[in-house]
Amino acid sequence: MYEENTLRFDRELCTDCGVCLQVCPHEVFAQTHGEVEPANRSACMECGACQINCPAGAVTVESGVGCAAALMYQAVTKKKQPACGC
Amino acid sequence: MAHLGINRGKHRVDPGLYALGSPDQDSPVFVTANYSPSFRALRTAVRGIDGYVLVLDTKGVNVWCAAGKGTFGTDELVLRIEQANLGGLVKHRRLILPQLGAPGVAAHEVKKRTRFKVDYGPVRAADLPRYLATGEATAEMRRVDFPLKQRLEIVPVEIVNTLIFSVVLGLPLYFAGGMLATLAALAAIFAGNVLFPALLPWLPTSNFSTKGFFLGALVAVPFAVMASLGYHGAATWQRAGWALAYLLFMPPVTAFLSLNFTGSTTFTSWSGVKREIFAYVPVMAWMFAPGLLLMGALAVAHAIGAGS
Repeated sequence: MYEENTLRFDRELCTDCGVCLQVCPHEVFAQTHGEVEPANRSACMECGACQINCPAGAVTVESGVGCAAALMYQAVTKKKQPACGC
Repeated sequence: MAHLGINRGKHRVDPGLYALGSPDQDSPVFVTANYSPSFRALRTAVRGIDGYVLVLDTKGVNVWCAAGKGTFGTDELVLRIEQANLGGLVKHRRLILPQLGAPGVAAHEVKKRTRFKVDYGPVRAADLPRYLATGEATAEMRRVDFPLKQRLEIVPVEIVNTLIFSVVLGLPLYFAGGMLATLAALAAIFAGNVLFPALLPWLPTSNFSTKGFFLGALVAVPFAVMASLGYHGAATWQRAGWALAYLLFMPPVTAFLSLNFTGSTTFTSWSGVKREIFAYVPVMAWMFAPGLLLMGALAVAHAIGAGS
């Protein structure tokens, strides 16, 4: 959706286990000739599934709710966690 | 009722282990949330299969939202495995989790703590029979899309959520600009609530706010045209003023509701939404407030008989 996001991938740490390909809901990762790459980075919605499931710690992403109402409510009330009504 | 957001907290299943049919020690174990629609979808999808369902306590929230909050999470899963003595019930060490639970669960962590291997199944429960047959989820089963039908399912909730806003905006506008002004407010809200979700994939630009501005401007044009035709005895500056007022106050209303639709989608990232808020909410405010002030001023001018 958006061109920029907080997804970062460390090729050095990656062990090509492929769990990120399984958990990603938007096919951000691809594995070609055994090697994993975030080929479709801009499709990332920052859900955090890849980061928490990566045993090698090769993927980092600042996860959070992509919900304007929750983020604006958080900004107004100065709460640490955005309150998501869903 | 759950669709309208009413009594949603009541749609709960008791957490714990459930049997499907007559399972034995080789039967598959499915994990889900204690939101009853999630539980029912799973049970329906695997009808006829003997197995176990481990229901996590997600406070009655669906799998994806609960995973985001962390209630569908590693600790809760480990706790339920131990409480149900799952290791003694089944011989294998495999759990099938819905893929959308992954943002809350660290599969390698669960393995380390319980020896159970987490396998992420398909996104939709309905794909489970195919997944069980082949042992793997296809790319299509792993992809989260957001088709028209799902986008429109949210419309009633959005309408309920904006009922008060519709009255608060529409009623005073009636006294300022008559029926046309009230209709304009309702049209701008309708555009944000109904047209935006329906037309989302076909609207130009790459963010929700500008898509909404575009749609709101389209809807505002007929009102501006009608206002520019004027009422009996209106001076040129009054007609131009009313036309401008519609063009100013309507697009930000639609844009704001469109921006809020990010929370209903399945693909917006928080950092992107945050950037949008900072970039476009000020613009919305700087169009909306002057638009309403202009309308108020024109109404006052009309009342004291200026221009006629």
